[in-house]
Amino acid sequence: MTETNNNIQKTCLHSRHVSLGALMSPFAGFDMPIRYTSIIDEHNAVRGKVGMFDVSHMGEIFVEGDEAEEFVNHIFTNEIRGFAPGKVLYGMMCYPDGGTVDDLLVYRESEPGHFLLVVNAANIAKDHEWILSAAKLNPRTGKPFDCVIRNESPRWGQIAVQGPESEKSMVEVLGITEAALLSFYTFTDICHEGRRVIVSRTGYTGEDGFEIYASLEDTVEYWDRLMDAGVVPCGLGCRDTLRFEAGLPLYGDELSPEISPVMAGLGMFCKLDKEEFIGKDALVRQKAEGTARKLVGIEIDDRAVPRAGYPVELEDGTEVGVVTTGYHSITLDRSVCFALVDSAYSALGTPLSIRIRKKVFPGRVVKKRFYVPNYKK
Amino acid sequence: MAKVEAGLRYSESHEWVRVEDGIAVIGVTDFAQKEMGDITYVDMPEEGDEVVKGEEFGALESVKASSDLYSPVSGKVVEVNTGLEDAPEAVNADAFAAWIIKVEMSDPSELDDLMDAEAYKAATE
Repeated sequence: MTETNNNIQKTCLHSRHVSLGALMSPFAGFDMPIRYTSIIDEHNAVRGKVGMFDVSHMGEIFVEGDEAEEFVNHIFTNEIRGFAPGKVLYGMMCYPDGGTVDDLLVYRESEPGHFLLVVNAANIAKDHEWILSAAKLNPRTGKPFDCVIRNESPRWGQIAVQGPESEKSMVEVLGITEAALLSFYTFTDICHEGRRVIVSRTGYTGEDGFEIYASLEDTVEYWDRLMDAGVVPCGLGCRDTLRFEAGLPLYGDELSPEISPVMAGLGMFCKLDKEEFIGKDALVRQKAEGTARKLVGIEIDDRAVPRAGYPVELEDGTEVGVVTTGYHSITLDRSVCFALVDSAYSALGTPLSIRIRKKVFPGRVVKKRFYVPNYKK
Repeated sequence: MAKVEAGLRYSESHEWVRVEDGIAVIGVTDFAQKEMGDITYVDMPEEGDEVVKGEEFGALESVKASSDLYSPVSGKVVEVNTGLEDAPEAVNADAFAAWIIKVEMSDPSELDDLMDAEAYKAATE
């Protein structure tokens, strides 16, 4: 990210989006491309070949020091002890009541005690503040954690190259041969053509893919080279349809201060047998006693589209939940959604209807992973 | 640039009306389909339903959003374009060919309240 202008920020690739004629819209405080041509074409490019996203709005927070590992483990729901350098781990930060501060990726650098936390754009300021305040007290020592926390978000650009041909683009177009050696959820922090670049085999689309973190200038250069090679620029419109099909949550829709990871069905990323972390007691209780509502997938038998906010009903019209994200799935040609519903109605196969405008469309609870991802193991 | 077809009447909410043998054929404009992007679903009334000028009679769904359709005239629906059920993308391909409903008008003078092509073109520039 770079300039601030009337409180709406622009990424280092903003002028590229404008000159490509993208439909632009504010997202998380940034003026971002929604689509360049058609959401369906961009979506299909990622599923079938390769597309790229400007995700420079995402936040990069570095944590370094003798107690950095202990600190990151204190604020993170997943277990980073015993997790090797060069690996990436997904998880959440929670409030003491189990509500979600954010979902994020943790990168363990090869240098001991060096971590990179990649957070959602909308939450950068909130997360940074949360991390700084949590660092003030190490519950084991009674003193502040011995680590340095730096929000470097404004200095980093980021491009996500996603799709079955993404490895080819990384190696043949950008010349980053190291990319071919990465397995899913690993990364490398390299000097490529004299510049520092972090490349991870990660993404938010359900396809094989890479995320490239580089300086603002280098990000623009990489973008231009990928464009010249025919990699399809993709906007946030298809980023959402892709992540949705793959069953991936979006903070603000499926995770929030009111929606804990346990409610969202992300318990596998919360290591409740860990010694301690912020929110652990609440999550242990939620896991044991169950939560009032749970996130489920619902499929309806019509082309009508369940949208966020639409009510979920029983056959007799009783409202038992609400849609959080829904689409007519581009890849699967089915109308599906995520919804938060009363836990009593969350079992697979439970008949549930969605009210769309004046009509009610019958459907049933299905698995949230509508599309089985094609990750490179 | 969005196309505007001469000889039709246009509403502020981006529907067009073509009068054929006293029947109002209604669709959405090229401007509207361009704004919405890929249309994935057209929610239509049924034959025999009454529509009222300025009131909602259905909706268009794109990948990202839904947009209500407002009837430019009042009357009875005499035909719906059921072809759009399986091929909603026809609206993107040619918005002026992909009509949505045909209405037997109860008050043809309502057409006078609508814009002509020139006025609609100016309104969307």
